[in-house]
Amino acid sequence: MSIERAHADHVHEHPTWKQYKWVALVLTVITAVEVWVYYTPFKDSPLFRPTLLAMSAVKFAIVVMYYMHLKYDHAIFRKLFVGPLIIAGCTLVAFLFLFGKVWIG
Amino acid sequence: MTTASAGAHEAHEHTHYTTTGLDNKKIAIWAFIGSECMLFGSLISTYLVYKGKSVVGPFPHDAWTSPAGQLFKPILNIPVTSASTFVLLMSSLFMVLALAAVENKGKPGYEGWQGSSKVWLAATALAGAVFLGFQAYEFTSFVHEGLTIRTNLFGTSFFTLTGFHGTHVAVGVLWLLSLLFIDIKRGLGPRDTINVDICALYWHFVDVVWIAIFTLVYLIK
Amino acid sequence: MATPATTAAHAPGASEDTGLWSWLTTVDHKKIGILYLYTALFYLMVGGLEAALIRTQLAKPNLSVVSAETYNQLFTMHGTTMVFLVVMPLSAAFFNYLIPLQIGARDVAFPRLNAFSYWVYALGGLFITLPIFFGVAPNGGWFGYAPLSGPTYGSGFNMDFWVLGLQILGISSLAAAFNFITTIINLRAPGMTLMRMPMFTWMSFVVQFLVILAFPVITAALFFLQFDRFFGTNFYVVQAGGDPLLWQHLFWVFGHPEVYILILPAFGLVSEVLPTNSRKPLFGYNVMAYSGMMIGFLGFGVWAHHMFAVGLGPVADSIFSLSTMLIGLPTGVKIFNWIATMYGGSLRFPASMKFAIGLIAMFTIGGISGVMHSSPPSDLQQTDTYFVVAHFHYVLYGGAMMGIFSGIYHYFPKITGRLMNERLGTWHFWLNFIGLNLTFFPMHFSGMLGMPRRIYTYDAGQGWELFNLMSTGGTYLLIVAGLVFAYNFFVSRAKGAVAGSDPWGAPTLEWSIPSPPPDYNFAQIPEVTSRYPLWDLKTPDRTAGLEHSHGDAGAIAAAHAVPVHEETERRTAKELGIPMPVNTIKPFMVALGIIVMFSGLIVLHAGKFPLAMATMLGGGAFMVASLYAWLTSPLE
Ligand code: HEM
Ligand SMILES: [Cu+2]
Repeated sequence: MSIERAHADHVHEHPTWKQYKWVALVLTVITAVEVWVYYTPFKDSPLFRPTLLAMSAVKFAIVVMYYMHLKYDHAIFRKLFVGPLIIAGCTLVAFLFLFGKVWIG
Repeated sequence: MTTASAGAHEAHEHTHYTTTGLDNKKIAIWAFIGSECMLFGSLISTYLVYKGKSVVGPFPHDAWTSPAGQLFKPILNIPVTSASTFVLLMSSLFMVLALAAVENKGKPGYEGWQGSSKVWLAATALAGAVFLGFQAYEFTSFVHEGLTIRTNLFGTSFFTLTGFHGTHVAVGVLWLLSLLFIDIKRGLGPRDTINVDICALYWHFVDVVWIAIFTLVYLIK
Repeated sequence: MATPATTAAHAPGASEDTGLWSWLTTVDHKKIGILYLYTALFYLMVGGLEAALIRTQLAKPNLSVVSAETYNQLFTMHGTTMVFLVVMPLSAAFFNYLIPLQIGARDVAFPRLNAFSYWVYALGGLFITLPIFFGVAPNGGWFGYAPLSGPTYGSGFNMDFWVLGLQILGISSLAAAFNFITTIINLRAPGMTLMRMPMFTWMSFVVQFLVILAFPVITAALFFLQFDRFFGTNFYVVQAGGDPLLWQHLFWVFGHPEVYILILPAFGLVSEVLPTNSRKPLFGYNVMAYSGMMIGFLGFGVWAHHMFAVGLGPVADSIFSLSTMLIGLPTGVKIFNWIATMYGGSLRFPASMKFAIGLIAMFTIGGISGVMHSSPPSDLQQTDTYFVVAHFHYVLYGGAMMGIFSGIYHYFPKITGRLMNERLGTWHFWLNFIGLNLTFFPMHFSGMLGMPRRIYTYDAGQGWELFNLMSTGGTYLLIVAGLVFAYNFFVSRAKGAVAGSDPWGAPTLEWSIPSPPPDYNFAQIPEVTSRYPLWDLKTPDRTAGLEHSHGDAGAIAAAHAVPVHEETERRTAKELGIPMPVNTIKPFMVALGIIVMFSGLIVLHAGKFPLAMATMLGGGAFMVASLYAWLTSPLE
């Protein structure tokens, strides 16, 4: 848990224009696939939900890492975001269990 | 970021010492975003917990015949929402380009309209406004089809969740327009990076929330 | 020791501008801290009077001192007041006053936001308190269980004030939390690493995270309730399929972290008082810091222990029962560390120390009853009885309030430049100690005998008479204790012995500057080389065995920091060339706009649609305009 000072000489890589456009393309493709599978018979497969959740999680992560440049930034920002995100995620999952939306065993 | 804040250091006369060398505002906005995770976490949890619990229709993914014999189609309009999702996604690209333009103003490779922060700020705000337009269209058409915030649990939780998100987008659009206004008035440059950056972080976060909502509310039955 | 002469000449705020306008416009964290302190002590009196009425009504069976409806309003407002208007703001008073001083900063990260937090609290407090004078105070319990608090069963204005009031107070807490998180991360003096921060700052740091993570949840729950009440939505409407348990879950996801928001600052305060008065470093500093974090983290995983009685099923019951027992561990660790801190120390017992030791003892009792109802079968016997009332008063009064009193005695000389009277302090302590045990210990018994909470009267012959009479008697004793404290506070403030900068021989930075501190706090930012900078300076043998090291040379140069030293001279910020934020009324105006905006919803409930719209739009416009003026004017 140490927060060091960011030194001026400690220059981080920064995403470039080209990278931004690649990121946009990937996001668009994933979104297109998401909508596409919605209209295929795969929609009724038991794998539909996990697949869609995974795709959405990937998009989420890409935006946070590149557009919000968390990947390139000071570690403190990662802690400030990921900590609350984990607590929010756990609370959400707990709610699904408590209200009988998800069942184990 | 470090290069940018170092630049900001030179520009400001008496920038205060900070422990981490980072700008206060950026720490605060990340803490705020962390907090927003819990707000949207609660809203989304509520939507999911109430999914399928409505006593009467209309329903999101299924048709419903009312006791009076009236037929209601599944109410969600996936093609329209896919379009608005795409627009919001593009707005995030415009936003990073705006930030890059502010940060690198005057540097080689940032000439012309492609390197103009005004163009990209305006594009981002416009995309946000278009998204809001789609949402307004969606809400009014739902109301015409017989779903209001009072109709059933679905209406209650759906309008609340997406309404909260829409409100966040609206705040973001106003924020972007204020930046654009300043840009037009006096021009934004490297020393304004931090102020554009915190707006961008907020904007992307709102986008990220929509990524989750689009899947959880619209695509998954 | 400091040169008392310099300090004496400048005792209580001499030469400073102290008019009303200066308080309305101040952005100085110390003045804002003092505002929080006085406002919260005022509400302590209000909440105490409510408690006195409650206890008078319950002194004997079938009394009719107040009506059932008034009783409902009294217990609702007592709980709401004590939690949101007393303990949290008293903690906030210390956050404000102490955090910048303890980390070697000149102010908080966002001084104007800080003023805004205070004004939202002050005005929001009035919003929720004034209705009691018109008989329309909230009456659905401090937990506002829906659907009782919803439009069907709570159709009056009462719960409107509660829903909106809590929403307003949440804004204040959230804004303050973002501010303190940034302050602690970013404004520490060079060398003040996280693991060198004073324990009060550590606990405050944890609390700010609890606030930013717990308050959004109740904000969402309150919005739902607000929408149900004002716009006819179905969140908590059972006929529409709504689930009352949703409110309970959301409320307690907030509610349990909230109890740690209430107690951790007090833990932090006694963690300053105990080492100082044991003249010995805090035992197990690292463990103390980590257990604080553990408590904060685990605090989000125990909420359903408030809901065992609703029948969550064996799996959920077991999980929440286990996690609740688990959270007792880091809490217990703290108790042992405080005791070990005193062990072998050269102890001294000023009033602050008495209250700190009182906290250890009383909180332990409350912790034990807490672990008792962490077991669902045993909780089913205890829930909704006076046993639970006993539990949370031992942790809140015996814990949080005792800790805060300890902090007040300890820091009064820093804040006012004068010492509190120790003899009166001792009287206060013993009256308080006896009064609190007389009031709350018998509740364990009345609770075990089945006396339910929140009843406005009871019949004779159930074995509750004696215990209730004892509780009421104890309450009156607590009022006497409160009067002794108030007398001591005001007399000492005017005539107490002059304190000097470091009356207790304390180890941390706030004691290296004059009392009361100048507006810029530190003329020169100190460079910190250990956890106990002032002991290094004055009694180096105490800290010889601890880690010492110099920080980053670049950082020291950038901050113009100098080695830790005692500052005795008093010069103005201008003479020293320190840029200070300018006073401004804008944060107050923004806060006012928010209150007016929320009031519009009450008008809406009254059925005056155009007036409601005018109020909301007017308040909103006023807020936005003030905010715009605030953001476009420079800080310094
Ligand atoms: C050792 C740690 C603790 C444990 C294991 C614990 C456990 C519990 C449990 C199981 C309940 C629910 C009882 C019921 O309603 O049947 C409860 C209620 C309560 N506790 Fe604690 N507790 C602990 C510490 C605290 C602290 C530190 C505070 C506040 C400073 C606190 C304040 C409360 C309050 C206010 C309630 C009652 C809420 C209400 O129903 O209105 N507790 N506690
Ligand atoms: Cu609890």
